[in-house]
Amino acid sequence: MEHRLVPEHHLVLEKEEGKILNGLKVHKDQLPKIHRNDPCVQLLERKHGPIEEGRVIRIVRISETSGVSVAYRLVVGR
Amino acid sequence: MLRGVSKRIKSIKFALLSPDEIRKMSATKVITADTYDDDGFPIDMGLMDSHLGVIEPGLRCKTCGGKVDDCPGHFGHIDLAMPVIHVGYVKELKKLLMATCKNCGRLLLLDEEIRAYEREMDALDKIGGTKLDKKMMAKETARDAGKRQICPHCDTEQSKITLDKPTTFREDGHKLTPKEVRERLERIRDEDLRPMGINPDVARPEWMILTALLVPPVTVRPSITLESGDRSEDDLTHKLVDVLRINQRLRENRDAGAPQLIVEDLWELLQYHITTYFDNQTSGIPPARHRSGRPLKTLVQRLKGKEGRFRSNLSGKRVNFSARTVISPDPLLSINEVGVPVEAARELTIPLYVQAYNLEWVRELVKRGPVPEGNGYVPGVNYVIRQDGRRIRVTDKNAETVAETVDVGYVVERQLQEGDIVLFNRQPSLHRMSMMAHEVRIMSFKTFRFNLAVCPPYNADFDGDEMNLHVLQSEEARAEAKVLMRVQEHILSPRFGGPVIGAIHDHISGGFLMTHKDSKFNMEQSSRILSLVGDVKLPKPGIVEDGVEYWTGKQLFSLAIPDDLNMVFRASICQACDTCDKEDCDSDAYVKIVNGEIMSGTIDEKSIGAFNGKILDKIARNYGSDRARIFIDQATKFAIGAIMVRGFTTGIDDEDIPESEKMKIAEILQTAVDGVRTLVQAYKEGDLEQMPGRSLEETLEVEAMKKLGRARDDAGNHAGKHLGLENSAVIMARSGARGSMLNLSQMAGCVGQQAVRGERISRGYWSRTLPHFPKGDLGAEAKGFVKSCYKSGLTPTEYFFHSMGGREGLVDTAVRTSRSGYMQRRLINALEDLKVKEDRSVRNTADTIVQFKFGEDGIDPSRSVQGRAVDVDDILRDVLGAKKYATLPEERVVRKYGELEEGLEMTEEEAGKLGED
Ligand SMILES: [Mg+2]
Ligand SMILES: [Zn+2]
Ligand SMILES: [Zn+2]
Ligand SMILES: [Zn+2]
Repeated sequence: MEHRLVPEHHLVLEKEEGKILNGLKVHKDQLPKIHRNDPCVQLLERKHGPIEEGRVIRIVRISETSGVSVAYRLVVGR
Repeated sequence: MLRGVSKRIKSIKFALLSPDEIRKMSATKVITADTYDDDGFPIDMGLMDSHLGVIEPGLRCKTCGGKVDDCPGHFGHIDLAMPVIHVGYVKELKKLLMATCKNCGRLLLLDEEIRAYEREMDALDKIGGTKLDKKMMAKETARDAGKRQICPHCDTEQSKITLDKPTTFREDGHKLTPKEVRERLERIRDEDLRPMGINPDVARPEWMILTALLVPPVTVRPSITLESGDRSEDDLTHKLVDVLRINQRLRENRDAGAPQLIVEDLWELLQYHITTYFDNQTSGIPPARHRSGRPLKTLVQRLKGKEGRFRSNLSGKRVNFSARTVISPDPLLSINEVGVPVEAARELTIPLYVQAYNLEWVRELVKRGPVPEGNGYVPGVNYVIRQDGRRIRVTDKNAETVAETVDVGYVVERQLQEGDIVLFNRQPSLHRMSMMAHEVRIMSFKTFRFNLAVCPPYNADFDGDEMNLHVLQSEEARAEAKVLMRVQEHILSPRFGGPVIGAIHDHISGGFLMTHKDSKFNMEQSSRILSLVGDVKLPKPGIVEDGVEYWTGKQLFSLAIPDDLNMVFRASICQACDTCDKEDCDSDAYVKIVNGEIMSGTIDEKSIGAFNGKILDKIARNYGSDRARIFIDQATKFAIGAIMVRGFTTGIDDEDIPESEKMKIAEILQTAVDGVRTLVQAYKEGDLEQMPGRSLEETLEVEAMKKLGRARDDAGNHAGKHLGLENSAVIMARSGARGSMLNLSQMAGCVGQQAVRGERISRGYWSRTLPHFPKGDLGAEAKGFVKSCYKSGLTPTEYFFHSMGGREGLVDTAVRTSRSGYMQRRLINALEDLKVKEDRSVRNTADTIVQFKFGEDGIDPSRSVQGRAVDVDDILRDVLGAKKYATLPEERVVRKYGELEEGLEMTEEEAGKLGED
């Protein structure tokens, strides 16, 4: 996870979710998805405890075009 | 016009048709191969039975009672005398046969294993596994089962099943008849099928062996009546006739107790006919042919490939209101225009909706008829459409009377007229600039014409290229096209943020001739040039010599540049000297524009060229598309004017160099060839010093290539010394109009080493390339070094090697274009329904976010400065004012441009590629 190609992943607080979704004008299910067993999510689980389906992950990337870009993903999966 | 039920399709289920279902959906059983009786009426229970639908007007369908347009057609069926394998399912059949017991029909797995696989399948269902996941899983099950030699349920030893393509199964070498296969499949239990990815409720495996054949409705295979009155049947009907005939014979022979051999032969023939009925290109069997020898087009052939139903009829369709013809250039048209031949304009129409306000005017129009008389082209009217939708063709005769009936609510189809907005397109349509909106100019002669500056985005030339034109049919479409698709809106490319529309070839040579150093024009010449451009005034003469007034080319060209434009850059001809002399540059390559006046420098590709034109780029960015269009129109006309006044030609004497120089070049090349011989000598004697990481042979090759490459460059430089800027070919190469100095040095100096796969040529005969050389010769000539130049001509061996290198180039391009074309297709299919929404997010049709902000930065590349959001230079100029900016410390400005040029490198590379094609 220390590799420079793996972007920062953050767990979005549940109370923040509404604000973010409103800002993007989307329903949760319109977000891109991330699997619960994604290594990055599992790493976050070590820090935050179990992450349920339906939570939102924030990904902060270093972008070639814009410097920094922020994306969100919905946790799904078995 | 909203019709139908707006429901969402959630899923589509595919299943097998059971023989029962086939018989149930069948409108009639087909038993006879005859189609029509002597009176031409369809025979009952024949292939054209009227229960199967109607194709002749006047007749009624015996199933639904509908007439031609109402009856959709109905399926029938043929009961097969013996079961036959369906070619489409042989793979599945083989899998099933191998995975199940020959005796008891159970899956060759332990009960626990079966249950485990079944559970996994269920799990896959629950989490929404795709079809592909299930396929993989089924494959795994089958593989595991196929490995077992002895049935765990009845202890029978299994024998090996092989498939003789296309449809013959063998068990330990002897044949399994379709009947036997079917019996085995019948024994497979339902619960054993689920782990194999088969849902037994809708797809029992024995249904993959046909006992009844579905006969498609006659509407699917209509017969055509020829002029002679003869009927010609569809290929499918022909095939079904064959099936019926053999089926009949098979049944008779079987029932009569004919010898097994004869029955089997007929059975196999039936299998052949049914296989080719499905797919007439099945490998392993000869395609069924028409009497004329043409292979029949059966079911698969109808769907597959470029001419198939999918790609030709569903993904692509033919349209009305379009025209196609050869293109040719017209430098006097604006880039926004397209010249349309009168013949095409008279066929292409635009609908006019008749209202109270335009009634009188439209009536006048209709009165003119389809070919109005008058001065030049006057648009007429082809059709009048009444309120009830009836079309009335307007002719010279009925024009008057029809005009009188025209009323509010009518639609009148008016012919194309000057200024109409149309779409213009050249295939392959690889980017959005392949289809742009033009304004119509009606012209005589039979080609479409447009400005040469628009060739690059269409990738068009005039060696016979054809283009398509589409006439927009609604006000909305025309308005949208004018705002979004007009040529001038596409000067800057979204691909690299630079201009794609701009000067090419002679425009650039002309710009060079006009503005290089102190080229000047007298009163007559200047007037000639300006008369081409129009809308500009002759300024005060820049030079007066001996009482004669002259205008400098820079002075004239400046008329096209906006008055408040300031910029500094280096032209294409810049030699990249170590220390730049700026305004005093020897080759006049330092372009400085102050307040729209060219102070120094030459206008060439870097200024006005498509892909690299900096002035063009800046005007389009800062002054808008209208100004940019005017600039391109004017600048190209200036250039053409100048090149016509001066005259410009190139010939073989442009590559002439003095005899002394030829000797020198020959000497250089001979030295290099001798050098290679010494290298080879050293290699053979083992004296060659091996390079790290390379074998001895590789070392020799690298050294030889290096030596010969250098020799060619030397020769080129020596030749180039005598080719100065007074030489037309050099002007074209250096200004970026066409060709390169490398091309010239190959013509005048030496062609150089030919390569296949990046290596010196080494294939051909035993241990040599050609029989003209001794075996084992590793010298320069024997391995494809071309000492001659194109002008002097190549020796036979050189010519042969050159062809080898050339062939590789051709094959490469052919392979590259087809492959990249396919990749493009796949990419476009994957991305075509993504859309940038108002909030700048990229979403698909389900409104799911794909990218939170397009390109992550939300910047439209065609409005960016070389991909960046802001142009620091521009802001500096705005803040400091033109004057101060122009006198900024040069290092600053120069450094900035240097940086910009770095960013441009990729662009130039791409441009180069485009140029090659
Ligand atoms: Mg062509
Ligand atoms: Zn019908
Ligand atoms: Zn068994
Ligand atoms: Zn210079």
